[in-house]
Amino acid sequence: MDIKAIMLLIPAMIMFCCGVYGFITRRNMIAILISLELMLNAVDINFAVFNRYLWPDAMEGMFFTLFAIAIAAAETALAIAIIINLYRSAKNIDVRDLNKLKF
Amino acid sequence: MESVGSIILYIIVALAMVLFSVLAVTTRKILRAATYLLFTLFAAACVYFMLDYEFLGAVQIAVYAGGIVVLFVFSILLTSRPGHNSERLTSKSRALGLIASIAMLAVSGYALVSRCALYGAMPAADTPTMQQVGQAMMSTSDGGYLLPFEAISVLLLACIIGGVVIARKR
Repeated sequence: MDIKAIMLLIPAMIMFCCGVYGFITRRNMIAILISLELMLNAVDINFAVFNRYLWPDAMEGMFFTLFAIAIAAAETALAIAIIINLYRSAKNIDVRDLNKLKF
Repeated sequence: MESVGSIILYIIVALAMVLFSVLAVTTRKILRAATYLLFTLFAAACVYFMLDYEFLGAVQIAVYAGGIVVLFVFSILLTSRPGHNSERLTSKSRALGLIASIAMLAVSGYALVSRCALYGAMPAADTPTMQQVGQAMMSTSDGGYLLPFEAISVLLLACIIGGVVIARKR
């Protein structure tokens, strides 16, 4: 039995759908960020798998994943800075209670 | 034909990826969600190693497991009381999330399963060596990635300045 491309793509797809579910249902901002990371990772896996299986001599998918990981790290750091700042001023990071942009 | 060991490794990695990502979005303790996210990221790194992208797997472990999860744990400990559970979901939001994710699963699952290009075995190829990766990243010729590399460095600088400005005490 060989490991086919689809056998790696389906777990990544389930991971992405878990991220969508968490993004919609979660109320805590950090939990929403965790769901976002799940989705980003599923997409990264897809890039690497398509690169390796369909164009094994190219490196485009691998480099796209590398840059996506760097951008995801930057985005997470900035989002956590915003969340901590919000917590400092509102004492709460529940998205239902943070409905005023100006405080 | 793959060896039995790699099949067993594949089964473990796929099961871990599915199980821990489901747990990460359904658990009510936020610190546990971060831990399950860490295991999911390790499973993703295992997938990169299985695809022979060693550098990518190393970057995944270093950046995600080493950097981002630590950031998550710190910010969780700063912003929530220990032993605090998130509230139970209302059935409306849970139904909405389930409908959205299952609809997406059905559509993209059908699109994936109906593609015959995805049923081939993994083609043999030389894995990109560290030298190839470095030369491609620093070259300005066709297939070189110097411009996005520099753009990322500017982005990181902007991110550092933005983080300092947002999080400093007024």
